[in-house]
Amino acid sequence: MSQATVTYKPSDEVDFVIIGSGAAGGVLAKELSTNGFRVVVLEQGAYLTEKDFTHDETKIFSQSLLTNKFNVHPITFRKTPQDTAKKQRCVLYGSCVGGSSVHFTANFWRLHEIDFKEHSKVGDIPGATFADWPITYADLEPYYTKVEWEIGVSGLAGASPFDPPRSKPYPMPPLPVKGGGVIFERATRKLGYHPFPAPMAILSQPRPGRSACTNCGFCLGFGCEVGAKSSTLSTVIRMAEKTGRCEIRPNCYVHRIETDKNGRAIGAVYFDAQRNTYLQKAKAVILSANGAETPRLLLLSASNQFPAGLANSSGYVGKNLMPNSAAIAFGIFDEPINDYKGFAVSRIMHDFYELDPKLGIYGGGGLDARFDFTPVTLALNGLPPGTPKWGADFKKTLAHNFTRTLEIFCHGTSLPVETNSFSLDPNVKDDWGLPALRMTFRDHPNDLKMMEWMKDRAMEILDAAGASTKWHAPIQEQQFTAHLLGTCRMGNDPKASVINTDHRTHDVKNLFLCDGSSLVTSGRGQPTMTIQALAYRASDRITALAKRGEISA
Amino acid sequence: MNSFDSARRDFLQLLGGTAGAAWLTAQWPAVLSAAQHAHDAAKGKQPTTFEVLTPDQARELDAITACIIPATETPGAREAGVVFFIDRALKTFASEDLPVYQQGLIDVQKLTAQSFPDVPRFSSANAAQQQKILSDLFAKSEAEKAAARYDTTVNSKNFIETLRSHAIFGFLVDPEGGGNRDFVGWKSIGRDPAHSFSPPFGFYDKDYPGWQSVPGETEKK
Repeated sequence: MSQATVTYKPSDEVDFVIIGSGAAGGVLAKELSTNGFRVVVLEQGAYLTEKDFTHDETKIFSQSLLTNKFNVHPITFRKTPQDTAKKQRCVLYGSCVGGSSVHFTANFWRLHEIDFKEHSKVGDIPGATFADWPITYADLEPYYTKVEWEIGVSGLAGASPFDPPRSKPYPMPPLPVKGGGVIFERATRKLGYHPFPAPMAILSQPRPGRSACTNCGFCLGFGCEVGAKSSTLSTVIRMAEKTGRCEIRPNCYVHRIETDKNGRAIGAVYFDAQRNTYLQKAKAVILSANGAETPRLLLLSASNQFPAGLANSSGYVGKNLMPNSAAIAFGIFDEPINDYKGFAVSRIMHDFYELDPKLGIYGGGGLDARFDFTPVTLALNGLPPGTPKWGADFKKTLAHNFTRTLEIFCHGTSLPVETNSFSLDPNVKDDWGLPALRMTFRDHPNDLKMMEWMKDRAMEILDAAGASTKWHAPIQEQQFTAHLLGTCRMGNDPKASVINTDHRTHDVKNLFLCDGSSLVTSGRGQPTMTIQALAYRASDRITALAKRGEISA
Repeated sequence: MNSFDSARRDFLQLLGGTAGAAWLTAQWPAVLSAAQHAHDAAKGKQPTTFEVLTPDQARELDAITACIIPATETPGAREAGVVFFIDRALKTFASEDLPVYQQGLIDVQKLTAQSFPDVPRFSSANAAQQQKILSDLFAKSEAEKAAARYDTTVNSKNFIETLRSHAIFGFLVDPEGGGNRDFVGWKSIGRDPAHSFSPPFGFYDKDYPGWQSVPGETEKK
């Protein structure tokens, strides 16, 4: 339930209406309401809190308690623009107050300096719309620090020789090492690499109103019942509500941004839980609906004035989707690791963050040692190929492996490709009769090559660690993602980007976009920290514009 | 004291060990509620009757799931109350699967009659016969899946795969979800039923000396 001390009527023209209460929307709500503005946040999902969270996997995995409901919000998938898309659960995102920050793994890596200027260093890559960011790591550094201290991130500054510069250490020490982390640390050091304690948006020490992590083991996919995971729900949204100027309004499905004859946004049109339609009026609109729904909403808001969709004069809305590349290797060890206890990741390494150009592969990535299975998901998806599917041998393998499995997850760059996109499906409608989200995606060949290389390193680490059995997931074109990046990219050129460095759309002066869609490159696989740093920075920029009278002018 | 009480007690002890007194005083009720909520839910969900399945259907499903996850040196699907979990699933989140179950059970009956004309139903077949019937069912399912890979018009749900998935849920789900009765599923795979844990967690971290940087390692690469 909301702790709100203020409610607004849709007819009240508030200063800002923010669409989405996730990683970015929650931060913007807190910052802008703290800065004195009147804010309404419209959230598609329900307002659940810690007492509503559960370890019941049927609610989480079978009923999508915290995530997008495919039965009413269908999605379609195709590989190329020439194909007809078919219904497929290809996108997962949070649909509750707090968005994906409620259920995510909470890996919290900063981008490195190279991520902002890699195009200048590497040059054009055929088939990719590769570009530099219009801002640098130095521009974002103060905001990375602000995220760490304000929401609570555990980690150890200086532990990785590859880390970018930082102005302050982490506010709290790393979470305890797990058995899988110890195995990983010893093996990678043996191979000459540089493992280090994973920075995680999970509390290792309590904060007011929030417990430190109790290592319950139901982390990825689940909401934290003791508030240890630093979701926007457990952090900034509470602060926003305490200002008395911010209303979080759940169960609101925004389907159109309305504009006036001058081409200015006047508010957001939404269905409430009873499917009544309202227009929430606002002086300015901020979309933080995620990298899939933000472009979809802009395309749904097409009008005579904006026939290609709102803020889409560049034609770039929805394009350049980057889901991050991924490879997974598994090892079985002789003794119980018991990595089912605790959060997912305790050790990572960044030795491959920037690959040697001699390899002929662009990009790079990071590796982590993790266990992100529940008993049910390990039985369904985590056993070695060839394991019997039923009977005594199935049960025996499951019983042996559950406590002895270690997963090495390789996360890497995705190149931006213009045809990789979110758009409106011309054939499939959602439960409200609106065009469904359509994903078009085929990995750039470089990214698959990189993941092959990365997977081979993960298998070597498992060898060095003494795994008794090891295997890997096949490297293949991706057809599912929870990383929704790059689809309304930031840039200085209005012909090749959707927003400027203030997160203001090039086309509509009082319309701002801030979420995964803003990213210009994909980083190396853990985007949430950067999305939140961008949201803090955007809040400063938008506040300055508003105080100078440049938004309502 | 049952295992869940013990888990809850450990949970509270852990909190006591990590939190300051002032903080605890302020937050105790909210933090407690999470463990209590799960505790109550687990205690409250032990049905003994069926709401959707007929007695015949329940008996056959019980026999099939007891082959999918058999009792060995540890309990199996039957002891975990999987058939009660399935009944609840078919009444709630998996209600659309009911026709799949109804047709699937008819097909199992047909297959049983074809394979062993003297055996009236799957549940009365002997262990070897049941193994043969299930092997055939899973083999057929694999063949259908392989064929469906090239035929996008195939969209029907496969009974034995659906049942296997529900049996796994019913055996291993947190008891809050209505299965894994008395945590027998978790115990059989070595999952401690406790609600929270403190390190060391297992064999490999028990002698970990704490983080030590390697000399020279933190120099900027």
